[in-house]
Amino acid sequence: MLEDSITYKHHNNSIMNNNDIFEELELIFRDVLDNESIKLNKDTCADEIEEWDSLAHIQLIDSIQKKFNIKFTAKEMLSWDNVGELVECIQTKLG
Amino acid sequence: MKTYKKLQKKLKTDFSQYPTIRVALTGDAATQFLATAIKGEGVERGYNINLFEADYNQVERQIFDPTSELHQFNADFIIVFQSTHKLCEKHSLLHPEQQVKLAGERIDFIKSICENPALTNKKIIYFNYPEIDDTVFGSYANKVTSSFTYQVRTLNYNLMNLAQQYSNLYICDLAGLQSKFGRNMMFAPNIYTSTEMVLSLDILPYVACRTLDIICAVKGQFKKCLILDLDNTIWGGVIGDDGLEGIQLGHGLGIGKVFSEFQMWVKKLKQRGIIICIASKNDENIAKEPFEKHPDMILKLDDIAVFQANWETKVDNIRTIQQILNIGFDSMVFLDDNPFERNIVRENIQGITVPELPEDPAEYLEYLYSLNLFETASYSDLDKDRTKQYQVEAKRVSLAKTFTNEADFLKSLNMISTVSGFTKFNIPRVAQLSQRSNQFNLRTVRYTETDVTAFAEDPAIIDLCFTLEDKFGDNGLIAVVIMKPLDKDTLFVDTWFMSCRVLKRGMENFTLNTMVETAHKNGYKHIVGEYLPTSKNRMVEQHYLGLGFKQMENTESFRYILDLDDYQPKETFITKNK
Repeated sequence: MLEDSITYKHHNNSIMNNNDIFEELELIFRDVLDNESIKLNKDTCADEIEEWDSLAHIQLIDSIQKKFNIKFTAKEMLSWDNVGELVECIQTKLG
Repeated sequence: MKTYKKLQKKLKTDFSQYPTIRVALTGDAATQFLATAIKGEGVERGYNINLFEADYNQVERQIFDPTSELHQFNADFIIVFQSTHKLCEKHSLLHPEQQVKLAGERIDFIKSICENPALTNKKIIYFNYPEIDDTVFGSYANKVTSSFTYQVRTLNYNLMNLAQQYSNLYICDLAGLQSKFGRNMMFAPNIYTSTEMVLSLDILPYVACRTLDIICAVKGQFKKCLILDLDNTIWGGVIGDDGLEGIQLGHGLGIGKVFSEFQMWVKKLKQRGIIICIASKNDENIAKEPFEKHPDMILKLDDIAVFQANWETKVDNIRTIQQILNIGFDSMVFLDDNPFERNIVRENIQGITVPELPEDPAEYLEYLYSLNLFETASYSDLDKDRTKQYQVEAKRVSLAKTFTNEADFLKSLNMISTVSGFTKFNIPRVAQLSQRSNQFNLRTVRYTETDVTAFAEDPAIIDLCFTLEDKFGDNGLIAVVIMKPLDKDTLFVDTWFMSCRVLKRGMENFTLNTMVETAHKNGYKHIVGEYLPTSKNRMVEQHYLGLGFKQMENTESFRYILDLDDYQPKETFITKNK
């Protein structure tokens, strides 16, 4: 078995609260979608942000995974209906 | 490091003025990200990639239907990306007796792409197959011809053979990328599952790079020269301080191994036709000592085209190297362990590639491998000869710099010239030079082989051709003179041209001495020369005056006369071959 058994924690090792995650996500969204005016709240969904299409979604996932040092399952990637659910998912993974 | 995001951002800049290359991309996996990465990398290299992306999974229709969008698009390059994933799926659905034929069938398919008459002028870039080790047989798969491992490896092997057979087929080595970065970097299973993307976002910039490496090489943009620093770059330590015994080099000496292996790599590049030069802040004799005396040096002085070791700046030395080789800075790579030197060179020499060598020399090679600096679109024995020529010229020029006095330099060359009339052996070359010489050509009258043959047969005409050889090599036939009688005392120089390869060697003096001698023997008293100006032969405007001819008056053109009785042979360092 070569499967990595390490569970990843965020770099500062402290548990992040939802606000911290929102803040980080906002930065990622602005960077990936190249739009500085993006503001996120828990109800924000893909329909509301023009640049957030299916290709951009992949890039967002890639950046989020790298930023938080987590890995989403294939199923999770397609499951969130809004940013709130995404934040919850990240929160769970960060433990 | 290159990221997908950076490439994507490149596409927001204005690249409409860049030269356009038409590229078609067709694959059996999702290619949208790949398309963006290729376009972005194109901008990075100064090209506007006009890319046609075929719809998903249409390789066969796009290639074999002559009315397809791909054919209508009329691309210069066609990228075909058939994934290992899809191949594996196909393999899974076959019976073992059919699995054995999988690689062969795919090869036949690729062959039919290369032979497609509508694609004969196109360059086909085919992505080879990064392995998926399905471990169905474990390592025993190597013994089982129907195993997926066996079939994929067979396929990659036969692709190489196919590429030798079809000059329009270029293999983009994705398998090589995977062996460098690993399957885990190459492929993201979670993202693949929701997107059909078989290449991860992390590997895409590298795939785009390798693709553009091929495109640029075909377009004639590739590296020809590698310039190396010495201390802590090709050996460990500082030769000036540590001395011959103190520098680290060779196996069994810890860090020394790193530098030996690095030199082996450089040596192979040299053997492939890359010109190797040295730019080092050192005393020349000290810098050369390891090359001459250190038993573990792989590189010898013979391998180095230009050796610049002195206390001038690297920038100056690289400029000198450029002048000697007469190739663009964009075809040069400079390696130096010192970040300060690297920055100065980068800032002052536009176009040169200066890799950010890792701090630990142990990492040099693997890092350099990852850059694929020396892509090429051709390789033949002629490349080696061409390198030899660069080296020979470089040796001459660097030798010249060691002399303060030009005459001493010319003497040291041991130049020998063979003089003869026109013969059936040299007539083709005489005619060729007559067609091509523009700069050192006094009258620019072009003659064909038939014309030259006629001169050879006419006893009244004096025809002379000259070769020039020196201690570095033979330049072959490089100068031609044709003289016709004007009257019983006077010869007219109908033709005098010379190859620019041998300028500034005193060949003019040697030629004139020979002309005068021959004219004398035949009883002539004067030689008359004429200069007919063209847009390209300003170089020889003062030619006859410089050689001591007197300008004639009352002539319609620029004519000059030389009195043979007073002629003092010119100083020359060229010996006539008896």
